[in-house]
Amino acid sequence: MRITVDGEPHDVPEGRTIAAVLIAAGRSSWRTTRNGGRPRGVFCGIGVCFDCLVVVNGVPDVRACQRVPSDGDAVRTQHGAELPG
Amino acid sequence: MRNPDVVVVGAGVIGAACAEALSAAGLRVTVLDRGPLGAGTSAAGEGNVLVSDKGPGPELDLALASLRRWPDLLADLGADVEWDAKGGLVVATGAVEPLLDLAAAQRSAGVDARPLTPAEAFDLEPHLTRAVVAAVHYPQDAQVQPVLVTKALLAAVRRRGGVLRPGVRALGVRLAHGAVAAVRTADGDVPCGAAVIACGPWSGEVSAAFGAPVSVLPRRGVVLVTAALPPGTVRHKVYDADYVGAVASGDADLQVSTVVEATAGGTVLIGSSRERVGFDASPRVEVPRALARRAVGLFPVLRDVPVLRSYGGFRPYAPDHLPVIGADPRRPGLWHATGHEGAGIGLAAATGRLLAELVTGADPHVDPRPFRVDRPGVCA
Amino acid sequence: MRVVVVGGGPAGLAAAGAAARAGAAVVLVDAERHAGGQYHRGTPQAVDQGVRHLAESTAWAAEGLRLHVRRGPADSPHRTGRVLDADAVVLATGAHDRVVPFPGWDLPGVYTAGAAQALAKEHGVAVGRRVVVSGTGPFLLPVAASLLRVGSEVTVLEANGPGGWLRHPLAAAGKLGELAGYAALLRRVRTRTAVVAAHGTDRVTGVTVARLRPDWSVRDSTRVAVDAVCVGHGFTPRLDLAVSLGCALRDGFVRVDAVGATTVPGVYAAGEITGIGGAALAAAEGAVAGAAAAGAPEPPPGALRAVRRGRAFAAALAAAHPLPSGRHGWLTPDTLVCRCEEVTARALDAALDLGAADGRTLKLVSRAGLGSCQGRVCGREVADLAAARLGHPLPDADAFHRRPFATPLRLGELAQDPEEDP
Repeated sequence: MRITVDGEPHDVPEGRTIAAVLIAAGRSSWRTTRNGGRPRGVFCGIGVCFDCLVVVNGVPDVRACQRVPSDGDAVRTQHGAELPG
Repeated sequence: MRNPDVVVVGAGVIGAACAEALSAAGLRVTVLDRGPLGAGTSAAGEGNVLVSDKGPGPELDLALASLRRWPDLLADLGADVEWDAKGGLVVATGAVEPLLDLAAAQRSAGVDARPLTPAEAFDLEPHLTRAVVAAVHYPQDAQVQPVLVTKALLAAVRRRGGVLRPGVRALGVRLAHGAVAAVRTADGDVPCGAAVIACGPWSGEVSAAFGAPVSVLPRRGVVLVTAALPPGTVRHKVYDADYVGAVASGDADLQVSTVVEATAGGTVLIGSSRERVGFDASPRVEVPRALARRAVGLFPVLRDVPVLRSYGGFRPYAPDHLPVIGADPRRPGLWHATGHEGAGIGLAAATGRLLAELVTGADPHVDPRPFRVDRPGVCA
Repeated sequence: MRVVVVGGGPAGLAAAGAAARAGAAVVLVDAERHAGGQYHRGTPQAVDQGVRHLAESTAWAAEGLRLHVRRGPADSPHRTGRVLDADAVVLATGAHDRVVPFPGWDLPGVYTAGAAQALAKEHGVAVGRRVVVSGTGPFLLPVAASLLRVGSEVTVLEANGPGGWLRHPLAAAGKLGELAGYAALLRRVRTRTAVVAAHGTDRVTGVTVARLRPDWSVRDSTRVAVDAVCVGHGFTPRLDLAVSLGCALRDGFVRVDAVGATTVPGVYAAGEITGIGGAALAAAEGAVAGAAAAGAPEPPPGALRAVRRGRAFAAALAAAHPLPSGRHGWLTPDTLVCRCEEVTARALDAALDLGAADGRTLKLVSRAGLGSCQGRVCGREVADLAAARLGHPLPDADAFHRRPFATPLRLGELAQDPEEDP
């Protein structure tokens, strides 16, 4: 299965969350905060903290630690608050 | 400690505004609240300061008086209360005439109400649904953070030597020669020359305990809160033209009209429902669902935006939907200030001033007669 | 008789199985793709035959015994909605790590213990090569074990003193359940020691490790280079549904009777939302509550005894791992107390100075707890910190876990009518 992350293709095993894909690829952050522009990645890892948000196929505020991608998904970094589309 | 001249029961925005105006008039004031300060109805609304939702009449006069008063009052308070003169935009997707007729009537009563073409409305609100066929812009509409405003008013009372007593429940009143001599509390009597009941939707039960019941009932309102959105997504207080009808109506068990606006924190608030369910706070999915449906209709871009929470509160209304401000004819020294429904934040400035004028015998700056306590249906 | 069980961890699985064996029609609602919960992450568990398993399904609201569910990929706007009406509901929603804030805890590379464990167990991914595990309680040990298995070098820091739960009679009797296997790891544990600050610019590169006094104030400290930090200071129960249903709480957990009945008729609770005691206790509680929810005349044999024994151990665990107030001294004015809204300790103090003396006002004035996580991460610590500053507990500490939406959903999802449930 193949997805793109910020335009880069990634081959991912079935069942792996977006967060696991990104950490395995050596990334520790993929979001910036709304006020301070601070980098964030996984914190709680179980869907509680909403720190690991990414944009999936144009829809922001997707928890990377919870979302198991589908083939062809386009994932990208989320910058602060974003509108869908 | 010297006894207060006036005890204000209720530390919501109305009680706080009354206490502020009374203390500014030189009276010694003590404010009681059974709970924390400003944590009831005042903490459960959007912070509306509106003229757009009111037809010509006494409430609009009070709203205009309040609107004139707020800038000076806030300057006196010297606190940041997130005042935002964002303006209101009322849009119609169906019949145009009722909206334009209301705007014309409001203009003749002194409201700045500017009819817009749909294209002009889309300039003001780029994400607005293209189904809009007419709109009216109300530049005077504003918003404040209601908790901060309440805190700022109470802080002014304290600076003038007033006393704030959260967590003290008023149980009733002690009389001398038929007039108010003290407020009885769970924490002992507080001797005073006058008492003001400003307990919002709880004014009904508190006034009954004081032996002078007024007919004020709770109406539940629920507001949805979205995740934070980019600045400028929603720029005004935007609502559909049904809102005016819902405010004035007492018929249905659940009424919904859409009011959408952004806050300083970036979240978008979606109100507001009106339910007559007593003080029942149990959640019903039907209510947020109706709000969500209409908000997405008004701003299609909101469809894929997360909704984080809802909050609800109880708003006080009298049978004729007018505020109750004035002396209780049955108990010399007892005063009421309640019944502002969903407009208490905006109306607080003029309400406090009017109440203080009546207590001190000064000339009232608005006609107090429509709000008098002994009008039909209010004195139970 | 229809029983709906929310949560597919050890408690929920046992509850669903017991209810089905007692003759009820059972639906198990779980947000994960595979049953097993956090405990069995990476090793999917079989769901009892006769239980209808709704995977990837999140119960976002409860109206009495009616649950509102969205089913589909996490946070997708294209999930489908359904409504489940039940004669009884068993809440087994579990818990997540509680974390005490410290300077730098918002840096990437600082994880909760549960996050590191989930990544290691489910995906075989290590959060770093040199990893410090810091916090309190025996459940840090399984985390350390998982990290060792994926090749990390691990140091474990326990902020409380030595002994603790190990001195409990059950430990001597060898009845530690899931923890028994980790005794060998205890040699790695440094007690009365904690990470009190994390350093780095875009990610953590080092930590301040402090020796602590019994009240967790700092005695002295050194700086250590690390790739990742994993922190866990006990657990926070996921109370969203229980609170919105009106279930009474006791000491921050759902109050239940001997068979798991809450104070709301028809609503049962089992597992970590009733107290932290590990997977074996959770499963025993689930079995008892599931049978009771299905109207069985008797609990499953042996389960009640296992519950009693497990709860005694859980009480000993809780007593041995307090969070004393010296931890508030780790904060600097610039430390975030609320990660979502980026509220600093200074801003929280300013709200208190303004007269905010209750939870609701404190949230509205400071914005702590108003962001995406809705106070799930920061709520208890903010309430504790405010209470310490004010000198009295907040009158409405539950303001930080009152959430009408148990999980967020998109406005368009909320607007949609649910599909008929068969």
